Amino acid sequence: MLHLTTGRVGSLLAQRVTAALTSSSVRMASHGHEVAANEDLSQPMYWDSTNVPLPDRRYKVTLSSEDERLKQKEKGPWDQLSKEEKLALYRLSFSQTFSEMNQPSAEWKTVVGTIFIFLGLTGLIVWWQKVYVFPKPPRTFDDEWQAKQLQRMLEMRMNPIEGISSKWDYEKGQWK
Amino acid sequence: MFRAVSRLSATASRNLVQSRAGYSAPLASRCYSHGKVESDEEFDARWVTYFSKPDIDGWELRKGMNTLIGYDLVPEPKIVDSALRACRRLNDLASAIRILEAVKDKAGPHKDIYPYLIQELRPTLTELGISTPEELGIDRM
Repeated sequence: MLHLTTGRVGSLLAQRVTAALTSSSVRMASHGHEVAANEDLSQPMYWDSTNVPLPDRRYKVTLSSEDERLKQKEKGPWDQLSKEEKLALYRLSFSQTFSEMNQPSAEWKTVVGTIFIFLGLTGLIVWWQKVYVFPKPPRTFDDEWQAKQLQRMLEMRMNPIEGISSKWDYEKGQWK
Repeated sequence: MFRAVSRLSATASRNLVQSRAGYSAPLASRCYSHGKVESDEEFDARWVTYFSKPDIDGWELRKGMNTLIGYDLVPEPKIVDSALRACRRLNDLASAIRILEAVKDKAGPHKDIYPYLIQELRPTLTELGISTPEELGIDRM
């Protein structure tokens, strides 16, 4: 569980805003998104998406000599490749498999938690306002005034059919 | 709603003549208020031809696949077969496996489509030596 104080939430949000405003491929690492360095967005890009299964370029751009050898072997019959080699070839071209892409994250907990924190802060502010800012309420809100008001409403038989007076038992002098 | 009504009127006579035995791949054509509606067979044939181009290049393969996956349907086995053969011509095994993952993902909650697809593609998979994502263990985390 994350123990977020106000200060850390503040810096967390500042990070998110900065990340959103800078390069589109930058993501926060805290929720499993991979962080990419500032990428040249005018070049063919790689990205994992179930909507776009084959992105513009291969995932690994620079290949080791080991990888080059494998790529050469790929030109021959594929049944000569072992399972590991096939997997290695897949990982050269792609970062995440479909199942990895479709993994749920715990981000919703952070979002909901942050919402509650802000609601709580708002509640505190409203409470402080009540104590220090709002003037005294009008005298018509006093309990004594309200009781006399209700008495007057009943005596004048206000809303006697369906409303307040219909709920008062005039014989017994109490609510029905 | 209006599109459905006018489509019915425009193609009503045609549909009466053609009786489809079973429900094949869903239609991926637009519902024009006028104009010809492409049949499933025409759609399939068009895509098979696209991937069958002998000198297809990587861009065309990617463009074709990404477009096909954008449609609201699971491609017929013959289209996937054509695409896998295109991967072979391009010496791209990774894309072949990716294509299989993608069509499985397209089937969504309909869990019986992908096994059928693999069953139909089995001869091609053995011929070209393509392993399915399941065989490689990448279908689960």
